[in-house]
Amino acid sequence: MHYVFEPGFFASGPVHVALAVGTVIAITSAVVGVFTVTRGQSFAGHSLADIATTGGSGAFLIGVNQFWGYLAFGAGAAAFMEMIGIQRRRGRDVATGVVLGAALGLAALFLYLGTQYSSTTGASFTILFGSIFVLTSSTVPALIASALLALATVVALARVLLLTSLSPDIAAARGVPVRAVGAAFLMALAVSVALSAMIIGAVLSTALLIGPAATALRLAKSPVKAAITAAVLGVLAIWLGIVLAYDSFYWPPAGRGWPVSFFVVTLIVGGYLVTYLRRDRRPAPQENIDTEQACSPA
Amino acid sequence: MFTGVMANTWLAATVVAVIAGVTGFFAVLRGSTFAAHAIPNGAFAGAAGASLLGLNPFAGLAVFSVAGALGIAGLSRRSRPDVATALTFVMMLGIGALFVSWSSQYAQEAYSLLFGEVFGVSTDEVLPILVLGALSITAIIIMFGPLMLSSALPEVAAARGVDPRRMELAFLLVMALATSMTVPVVGALLMFSLMIGPAAAARSLTARPVLAMTLSVVIALVTVWIGIAASYQSNWPLGFYVGVIGAGFFLLGRAYAAVRRRLAVRGSPRPA
Repeated sequence: MHYVFEPGFFASGPVHVALAVGTVIAITSAVVGVFTVTRGQSFAGHSLADIATTGGSGAFLIGVNQFWGYLAFGAGAAAFMEMIGIQRRRGRDVATGVVLGAALGLAALFLYLGTQYSSTTGASFTILFGSIFVLTSSTVPALIASALLALATVVALARVLLLTSLSPDIAAARGVPVRAVGAAFLMALAVSVALSAMIIGAVLSTALLIGPAATALRLAKSPVKAAITAAVLGVLAIWLGIVLAYDSFYWPPAGRGWPVSFFVVTLIVGGYLVTYLRRDRRPAPQENIDTEQACSPA
Repeated sequence: MFTGVMANTWLAATVVAVIAGVTGFFAVLRGSTFAAHAIPNGAFAGAAGASLLGLNPFAGLAVFSVAGALGIAGLSRRSRPDVATALTFVMMLGIGALFVSWSSQYAQEAYSLLFGEVFGVSTDEVLPILVLGALSITAIIIMFGPLMLSSALPEVAAARGVDPRRMELAFLLVMALATSMTVPVVGALLMFSLMIGPAAAARSLTARPVLAMTLSVVIALVTVWIGIAASYQSNWPLGFYVGVIGAGFFLLGRAYAAVRRRLAVRGSPRPA
């Protein structure tokens, strides 16, 4: 046991908080992610994380609680994307890209102003990576409440969402307000992604949103099973990642510990690639038979 | 404002704007805006790795942006393109995080890669930018016909024997090439803003492909020139001006398209 868990792992306060919050985030991201992947909105999911982070640095600049900065920018960007045409399949990526481009401009400005006043060179860095070990337990309740709200919205809308994702025409014919449902989902996505970006950074936020969901959708046949599989995979990835990061303190080049984001991302992408191998094997025998038949003399 | 080091700035920024206008036009047309975001941003991990090994950051950027293009194109064969892009992207950044954690003095350099050092372009840096820029423009001109066809009408292109996957890979590689030279100059974030805003604006102004591409280049040039002048005067970062002006052009283009559509509806004869 000592070889897996370095001494002190279970006694460490930051590790407890990281595990608890990581679990909530992983489950929310995974379930929201199943719909994000089904609807082909991975780019929006990632962009909202970047944009929310911009809001966080803006809030920091004017001295407001960063939590609200993240939420406000995430939700505002979602509304903007909705307004300029994210609901149409063709214009989707462009609408997302334009909003992201503008927000990144703001990020540059906020960081510039921030370094003017406080000279924090590491600021650009948290934009990308965040750090799960710097959580304080005082932000945890508000965070869990918002995550649950986003999760509840998606679960409540699940049936309609699936229908509008798979065949918008049939949904419209049945009287489903397709655009309103899409907007509600985008808002839930924005909230869940803003939270995860705040805690674990934009990179891990995207990894946990897309990776487990895409893997689960390759393995499971029904949406419910996919959501459960994705949640399990996401939680496993973040737990293992935290354990490995804690252990890596004594690994070369020593003394600093490897980043959690590296481990979690590697586990997630690795898991996805494993399903690739599995998929590869199934059609392969058939191809072999075909070539054999083709090559055999008639 | 136009002398000394600033002359390099104007020159480098102009080349970058031309390339961003051209590649961005195809990125918007093909719906590969996520890749346009992922490749420049992910490539920064390569620069981190190169600085760890004491190599030229250009080499690291080139290796990682090409690896990113290959990863996206490879995974897209059996996955949805947006999922393939997202996973390639997070993997590159994850590796970047590892590299950065290994080297202690990297934070400042990373900042310049994300946001660029356009006001510090040296004369030595201008030449590789010009060469790589000419290379990527030439590549686009060579494959212009099939690329345009496969972007606008994928089915027709496939019927005429243009392999869509190969086309996607070729396009992503050109984007990677463009990225490895532009990121150290203008930064990964600015490169993305400069690719998307002007191209999206141009597309809402006209449906004719060559005209739209020209417009995209012109708007990118105007954006970056106004940006440099404003940034020079106000000392605020160029990335801010480019992001905001690019989005502004997009909104103007949208407004113009909406007005034109309304006029067209009013002018057309009503069905009896």
